[in-house]
Amino acid sequence: MIPFDFEYYKPDSITEAIQTFQDIESQGKKVIYYSGGTEFITFSRINKLSADAVIDLKGIPECQVLESLGDLLVIGSAVSLNKIAKSNLFPLLGQAVKQVADHTSRNKITIGGNLHSRLIYREGVLPLLLADAQVKIAGKEGEQVLAFEDVFQQEMKLGPGQFLIQILVEKSYASYQYISIKKTKTSKVGYPVVSLAAIAKDSQIRAAFSGVCAYPFRSAQMEAALNDSSLSIEKRIEQALSRLPAPIVNDIQASREYREFVLINALEDALDALKGAIS
Amino acid sequence: MQDRTGTAVGKPIQRIDAVEKAAGTVRYIDDYTLPGLAHAKLVKSSYAHAKINSIDSTEAWKVPGVRAIITGKMFPYHIGPILADRPPLAIEKVRYYGEPVAIVVADHEHQAKRAAALVKVDYEPLQVVNSVRDAFQTGAPLVHENSGQYMKIISNVYPVQGTNIGSHIKIRKGDFIKTWEACTTKVKETYSFNLSDHVALETRSTRVEIKSSGKVIIHTTTQSPFTIKKVMNQFFNIELGNIIVHTTIVGGAFGGKGTVQLEPLAYLASKAIGGKMVKLNYEREEDLITAPCHIGVEATISLGTNKDGKIIAGQYTFLIDSGAYTDQAAGITRAMALDCTGPYNVPNVWCDSYCMYTNHPYATSFRGYAHPELTFAVERTMDQLAKKLSIDPIELRKMNTIQPGDTSPTQSVITANNIGDTLKCLERARELIQWDEGQRLEISNNKIRAKGISTFWKTSTTATNAQSGAILKFEADGSVNLNCAAIELGQGTKTILAQIIAERLKLEMNKIHITMEVNSSYDPHQWRTVASSTTFLAGRAVLAACDDAISQLKRTASIALKCSKEDLEVGGGRVYLKPNPDYGVQIKDIALGYQYPNGHAVEGQVVGHGKYIQRHLTPMDKETGFGKPGPWWSVGTQAIEVEWDTRDYTYKILKAVTVLDGGTIINPATATQQMRGGMYLGLSFASSEAFLFDEGGIVQNPQLRTYQIIRFGEQPVEYLVDFIESPAADGPYGARGIGEYGVIGMAGALANSLSAAAQVELNHLPLIPELIWKTKKEHLK
Amino acid sequence: MIKNGSSKSVVKLHVNGDSHEVTIRSADTLLLTLREQLGLNGAKRACENGDCGACTILINGEPMHSCLSLAIESINQPITTIEGLKASNIQETFVEKWAIQCGYCTPGFILNCHALAETEPNATDEVIEEWMQSNLCRCTGYQEIKEAVKTVLQAKTNKI
Ligand SMILES: Cc1cc2nc3c(=O)[nH]c(=O)nc-3n(C[C@H](O)[C@H](O)[C@H](O)COP(=O)(O)OP(=O)(O)OC[C@H]3O[C@@H](n4cnc5c(N)ncnc54)[C@H](O)[C@@H]3O)c2cc1C
Ligand code: FES
Ligand code: FES
Repeated sequence: MIPFDFEYYKPDSITEAIQTFQDIESQGKKVIYYSGGTEFITFSRINKLSADAVIDLKGIPECQVLESLGDLLVIGSAVSLNKIAKSNLFPLLGQAVKQVADHTSRNKITIGGNLHSRLIYREGVLPLLLADAQVKIAGKEGEQVLAFEDVFQQEMKLGPGQFLIQILVEKSYASYQYISIKKTKTSKVGYPVVSLAAIAKDSQIRAAFSGVCAYPFRSAQMEAALNDSSLSIEKRIEQALSRLPAPIVNDIQASREYREFVLINALEDALDALKGAIS
Repeated sequence: MQDRTGTAVGKPIQRIDAVEKAAGTVRYIDDYTLPGLAHAKLVKSSYAHAKINSIDSTEAWKVPGVRAIITGKMFPYHIGPILADRPPLAIEKVRYYGEPVAIVVADHEHQAKRAAALVKVDYEPLQVVNSVRDAFQTGAPLVHENSGQYMKIISNVYPVQGTNIGSHIKIRKGDFIKTWEACTTKVKETYSFNLSDHVALETRSTRVEIKSSGKVIIHTTTQSPFTIKKVMNQFFNIELGNIIVHTTIVGGAFGGKGTVQLEPLAYLASKAIGGKMVKLNYEREEDLITAPCHIGVEATISLGTNKDGKIIAGQYTFLIDSGAYTDQAAGITRAMALDCTGPYNVPNVWCDSYCMYTNHPYATSFRGYAHPELTFAVERTMDQLAKKLSIDPIELRKMNTIQPGDTSPTQSVITANNIGDTLKCLERARELIQWDEGQRLEISNNKIRAKGISTFWKTSTTATNAQSGAILKFEADGSVNLNCAAIELGQGTKTILAQIIAERLKLEMNKIHITMEVNSSYDPHQWRTVASSTTFLAGRAVLAACDDAISQLKRTASIALKCSKEDLEVGGGRVYLKPNPDYGVQIKDIALGYQYPNGHAVEGQVVGHGKYIQRHLTPMDKETGFGKPGPWWSVGTQAIEVEWDTRDYTYKILKAVTVLDGGTIINPATATQQMRGGMYLGLSFASSEAFLFDEGGIVQNPQLRTYQIIRFGEQPVEYLVDFIESPAADGPYGARGIGEYGVIGMAGALANSLSAAAQVELNHLPLIPELIWKTKKEHLK
Repeated sequence: MIKNGSSKSVVKLHVNGDSHEVTIRSADTLLLTLREQLGLNGAKRACENGDCGACTILINGEPMHSCLSLAIESINQPITTIEGLKASNIQETFVEKWAIQCGYCTPGFILNCHALAETEPNATDEVIEEWMQSNLCRCTGYQEIKEAVKTVLQAKTNKI
């Protein structure tokens, strides 16, 4: 039961969405974009979020695109996680988002929502970091395409009133060997203790992590260690661990020490799975 | 014991409630709504221990639709089932995170909820008692300053003023101190786990209305309608006859709906708005932590044997985390003591069972009532003892099994009639788990398969005057209706009672109608639907009602058939002459009396009534524990096989075995359902469940997202359930209680299997991979 | 563009083949609206957080937690609740396989199972598990539910 009232808008186009946002905001109201809405609903119910109005992006055709266009894969921000997984358009992304929440929830949770989640996990981020993805963003200045890694600085850095329309990935990324590993505390359905996505590109491993630190990340320094073929696997992992960008999380899912242990295993598994494809 | 004709008892007859449940048309309490129904929402404590300086509801009143805001001042008294130590709304201070502090009543639920968030409570944080161990320290901050002055509702409760001890139960049997010195082998270990929850899928919900006539009408999710009456009478001064409690099918309870929390709150809410009907429905977060939960425990057990491996002395210290209030935890403290040894003969017992106050959510009964908890500790100790003695764990258990002629910890004499066959259970479980192929097998590089076993017992710890009643009414078509206040919680009680009627009246199942709803003013008194006692108590009452009906039917038939009652028999919807069964009368023709051809009528309708009350139970002596706690002990053995991964410490449960001596099994299919469900509950508790507290006593996982229970696919690959049926002399058709038993040995068996697999002693729950990893790491240090 | 003010408004929902006018707040979840406005109580509220599946319904044939949707989002979409699943062999199978105890989880499981049988009748054990993990049951221990689901799928593939 959501305790407060809000206005609901479901625009049919990008411009209408941007316009609506500005109109409502200029009335001094708090507006929020709404995609799958699962986070909005569940956080609002427990008084952790509130808004005077929501703008549902699901009516915008561009946000619902899921296709391959020339040498690009185009993924609309309002596409559900299950649709992405089922389409097999970008298998690594499909695999990674299939590990989020439970099957029924994934019919509702969208990739746009997952990338913008207030939780520390945002597991959909990982494949995008690995695939040098681009994002198409709408704002009052119009649409722009930016590199995902520029927009995603520990979290999505969109300007006020902006929203994510699409994710664009070069098709070639769909063909690299990949692995996606999610380790939880107990149940398969649950927040990650460690979530790892990795691909092998040009004989090098690329790896991105969620659940390990307070935000999802990919680290060039860690990858350098993991790709250092002069070292044994154990040493590479040890080196990589010493280069984590932030402290390992210590919370109710797992203690810092145990998380580190799980991370080591996950890295071993990833290196092992990709061993033919990396040097 | 009653003779069986085998028409219904012992048959896997389909549950009478299943079709409607599958259709989704069964209505549970929260499924009713009415125009004009007002809604209550709670303002809950955001601290685990704090003084309430003031409550400011100015902002809350500004929300449209708000009709009343109630604080503890409206009812500054304490209530409770055993010790009256809990104010329904906090007064002066809060003692746990999530405790009800105020109630907002509004026209709509969302208005009440919005307003509740706007009630500002000024708290002054107090030092938090965050574990039983802390609570037990001398000089610990007190959760209750005046526990010695609380009213005792039941005599067997002993709070110690000036400490955090809510009750202390002692067992002193034989001479422990002297015998302990003589023991040749000794083990002493400590076990622990945090509070957890029942997680019935249906959250608690209630509706209360106060009529101008003074009648208080309560619709609620409960296992104990008559306890609600008692509480409303005792503490709110409402005449018993004016309290009407309705309940319907309950969406799972597991002990959590046996106590009374919501009803007094909704009553106060209704009272504040002139008696209009008010609904109070808990959201999951409230159901987990505001409502009473499952105890935490720290247990220390010492066992000593003679040189043959016979246990001769046992010491048991239980610190029970009852949270902020004693509720049923005070009774659990007692139950933990009275069966403390498990089904083993221990001639010298010293047991101290303490109900400890902490600043945690408060605990109430949980399926098994102290037994899953104590069995975990006892069975882990048995395995560690076996190791020390280099005896096979099953052999050690067999050598020490309690037998007729021995006495229980409370010095009750065990007889062949009041206990099941533990040895048979052990043997059968050993076969089913294939124990003899080896307890620990390395099956590949990093996979170990290991087995663990656990035996258990449990007496039915009811009130000494626990009872049930039943009324059978007949329709003009010869079918019968049963009124009985046993509640359908999912356990299949109503089906079992119908089977008993079918068996006794030799009637087809479809001729028996049982209302799922319970109405305290129509249905005879029923103690509660808890403690695996319902088949036994209500079953006996129903049998008596059948006998009463039979005698009335025979009497009317004797007039119709012009013969003596003694020559008649009832069966197949008829009453007939024993020597000449073709000569008889249909029940439908006499159910509402017999009518002569000339129109004159005699005898009138058949109304069978029956009752049953526990016999010769006694409370426990304060100093020694001496007493007779229950009518019988059900016993059983459970076993688990796990596959454990040596690399990442995760595991899969391959097999879960239960062999139970439940006396006669009335319905093997529902009994198996009950066992599997219980095993699942026990495994979920043991493998993943516990509340996690921060330093301030705040629960960190008050949602099912983070309070994880076992999901589909994570259950044992195989459940193996078998029954040994040593009939219980007193039970209906020889049945004993079985409802709770599937749970009891699971934690012990799982911990034993994983301890064998990982070759470390796993003495704490829940058995998450991280715990095994940590234990192993510490062990290697 | 669909607009809905912050106070109550009247919208149409398409439930179980019929169209219904309901008066809702934008903030009302579909679960609440089905239950309180249409009296379709088969969908249960048990967590309102997407964690338990007791509120499962079908939207466009896909299983959804009705607690994770707003009613206003769901207009113009075909909705199926347990009440709309009359005479389905799934219900019978759940009864026959003893997959029901307290029954609170049952409608959610049955609808999820229905959607699975319609979309992936050949589902492997792994897929069955993936789907059914969305629903919690506290009474049964899942074995009987698993048998029921497998029986339903088998019956479906035998028919095709
Ligand atoms: C049952 C359950 C389990 C979960 N388990 C996991 C898990 O295992 N791992 C994990 O990573 N997450 C998990 N989550 C979190 C989930 O991925 C996030 O809450 C996600 O935000 C939900 O997506 P949505 O589309 O429903 O979000 P919404 O509620 O629609 O939006 C979430 C946030 O994103 C913003 N937003 C949405 N779309 C856009 C856009 N196009 N442009 C700009 N901003 C936008 C919204 O304004 C809002 O702030 C779980 C959630 C649930 C309900
Ligand atoms: S009530 Fe919707 S998932 Fe639990
Ligand atoms: S039958 Fe009770 S929750 Fe599933």
